[in-house]
Amino acid sequence: MTPTYYLLLSALLFSLGAVGVLVRRNAIVVFMCVELMLNAVNLSLVTFARINGGLGGQVMAFFVMVVAAAEVVVGLTIIMAIFKTRRSASVDDSNLLKY
Amino acid sequence: MTEPVAASGIGSLAWLLLALPAFGATVLLLGGRRTDKWGHLLGCATVIASFAYGVALFFDTIGQTGERTSELHLFDWIPVNALNVEFGLRLDPLSLTFVLLITGVGSLIHIYSIGYMAHEAGRRKFFAYLNLFVAAMLLLVLGNGFVTLYFGWEGVGLASYLLIGWYQYKPEAASAAKKAFLMNRVGDLGLAIGIFILFKELGTTQYTEVFARVGELSAAEVTAVTLLLLLGACGKSGQFPLQAWLPDAMAGPTPVSALIHAATMVTAGVYLIARSNPIYNASADGRLVVMIIGAVTLLLGCVIGCAYDDFKKVLAYSTVSQIGYMILAVGLGPVGYALGIMHLLTHGFFKAGLFLGAGSVMHGMNDEGNIRRMGGLWRKMPITFVTWTLGYLALIGFPFLSGYFSKDAIIAAAFSEHGWRGWVFGGAAALGAGITAFYMTRLLFLVFLGKARWQDLKSEDGREYHPHESGLTMTVPMILLAVGSVGAGAFFASGDNLANWLAPSLGELQEQHGVLDHNVVNFLVLGLSALGVLVAWLFFGRSAQPVERPERVSFVVRAARNDLYGNALNEALFARPGTWLTRALVFVDNKGVDGLVNGSAALLGGSSGRLRRLQTGFVRSYALSMLLGAIFVLGALLMVRFS
Repeated sequence: MTPTYYLLLSALLFSLGAVGVLVRRNAIVVFMCVELMLNAVNLSLVTFARINGGLGGQVMAFFVMVVAAAEVVVGLTIIMAIFKTRRSASVDDSNLLKY
Repeated sequence: MTEPVAASGIGSLAWLLLALPAFGATVLLLGGRRTDKWGHLLGCATVIASFAYGVALFFDTIGQTGERTSELHLFDWIPVNALNVEFGLRLDPLSLTFVLLITGVGSLIHIYSIGYMAHEAGRRKFFAYLNLFVAAMLLLVLGNGFVTLYFGWEGVGLASYLLIGWYQYKPEAASAAKKAFLMNRVGDLGLAIGIFILFKELGTTQYTEVFARVGELSAAEVTAVTLLLLLGACGKSGQFPLQAWLPDAMAGPTPVSALIHAATMVTAGVYLIARSNPIYNASADGRLVVMIIGAVTLLLGCVIGCAYDDFKKVLAYSTVSQIGYMILAVGLGPVGYALGIMHLLTHGFFKAGLFLGAGSVMHGMNDEGNIRRMGGLWRKMPITFVTWTLGYLALIGFPFLSGYFSKDAIIAAAFSEHGWRGWVFGGAAALGAGITAFYMTRLLFLVFLGKARWQDLKSEDGREYHPHESGLTMTVPMILLAVGSVGAGAFFASGDNLANWLAPSLGELQEQHGVLDHNVVNFLVLGLSALGVLVAWLFFGRSAQPVERPERVSFVVRAARNDLYGNALNEALFARPGTWLTRALVFVDNKGVDGLVNGSAALLGGSSGRLRRLQTGFVRSYALSMLLGAIFVLGALLMVRFS
């Protein structure tokens, strides 16, 4: 198996995630799509590490996981708070910060 | 022109002449209501004191031998590098003559005003302005340089503005004051530029030095200076084309009209040209223009004077025309300077008398100025009638009264020019004499003689007319002026008294024999004047006159009633283009300059308002723009890498 397929899979996953972020309204789903994008990036990092024969990419992937975990904690809290006050998890409903 | 010596003796106090009326004006203006009780007395006292001092100075000067010209240096006024304008007074026959005229006639008018203005609330302010007027006029004639003259010139303009606009609550008085001020500014501009040229070329504006060095100027410069000074004279003296302010100035109180017309402001132009005689002697072209202006103005004033029905406006146009005679005379050069001044002096007497008489009539007639509503007043106002008639006879040149000597001398001098000039200018002057006799006789018939037309009428405020003689403060000055109107001419003319007296300032009076002999001119003028009187009698004396002025009149009369369209001309030539120019400038300012500034602000504001709409608050649209941005950056990087 050439690493190219991994990269193609990564691009596919990233695109799916990006489209999800753009088109879905539910904040939880948007969140999961963001996770998907992060995982796609992790996959490409690991693949590149394998291609280059070093460990740098794999270390970077760990970092991404840690940051993603932290982000999930903060993000989910915010989503919970919004849901509590608005009874809605739609990202389009909370658009007060505009012009 | 003669070198002056330093003033000594009584002359060293000559500044008192100016200081006294100036002091009166200051006290009355600063003192306010506290001076109401005695303000008019102070006003009269200062001018009379000035007159008394002037008389003393006059006799002192007559007693001197030689050139009788002295200067009194007071202080250095404007010492700047190359320019050193000293503030000094020049005492010579010309300025002393004017001093006597201004303070003498001025005193009489002050006294008359006590009676005339008795019912005015702000009488002391009126006297303050009169004093200011006299002080400024004295500075004008006594100053020993063009800049000092200009100072007085502007002071006179200010005082006339204040006095003409005395009834400021009346729109016509307010606009007349403004008009006088503005038209004078036009003339003043000419005078100022003339002085600038003298300073630039000669580096000095003092009379003595300027006149001594006229020869250093080129012919073109001399002509330019003469024309510019003439423009100044036209403004102050109400000469064509700046004559329109003078009749309007009748909106002021009658003593003001008398003062402006007889003794002070309008004579300033004649004084200026006579004083600058060395410059005018150097330019024949300049003098020709002066003569043309004088001749045109004297005919213009005559013609318009025939058509007006307002007592004071007819007299005003009469002044315009008589000043035209003076300007014509001084334009004749050495032949005429002294004659112009002589007519100015005699005119000062009889015109002041005529105006005060008109004021007396109006005073008795509820301030009615329309001569068609008068008639037969000689029975009611005998003193006014007699004094006015003497002034009238003097003005139309009745033999051996003052106008006979001064006006006929000017006409004779005009005829003594050579060639076509003699015929044109002499003819114009003689014709003017005939018309003058006509319109003045018309006034006499309509006001004093004929049937009393006022008996069945009521004045504007609904009162009936009760014409009555005025009080002593008004009749005494009129009587004194009438005496002057009768005798002054003979006194000045006998043995060339005045011409010899003025010789140190104006040069010797020269004789010249041109197209017509003096005796022929004399008979011609008498004949024309008699014809004028006769025609006036045919039209206005023989039959009863209507109270309403006839509307069906010839084109000439209609034109004359409209000032021969002088106002329309001024409006079309100067006022309208001025208005258009300012409107265009306002348009450019509003639309162009403001538009540029406001437009750029609006552009920024508007476009930022549009751009603001991008901040929708939708998370997903931000995400999309981030994605598009990333794609764009990536694409750009790839393009660079692979191209």
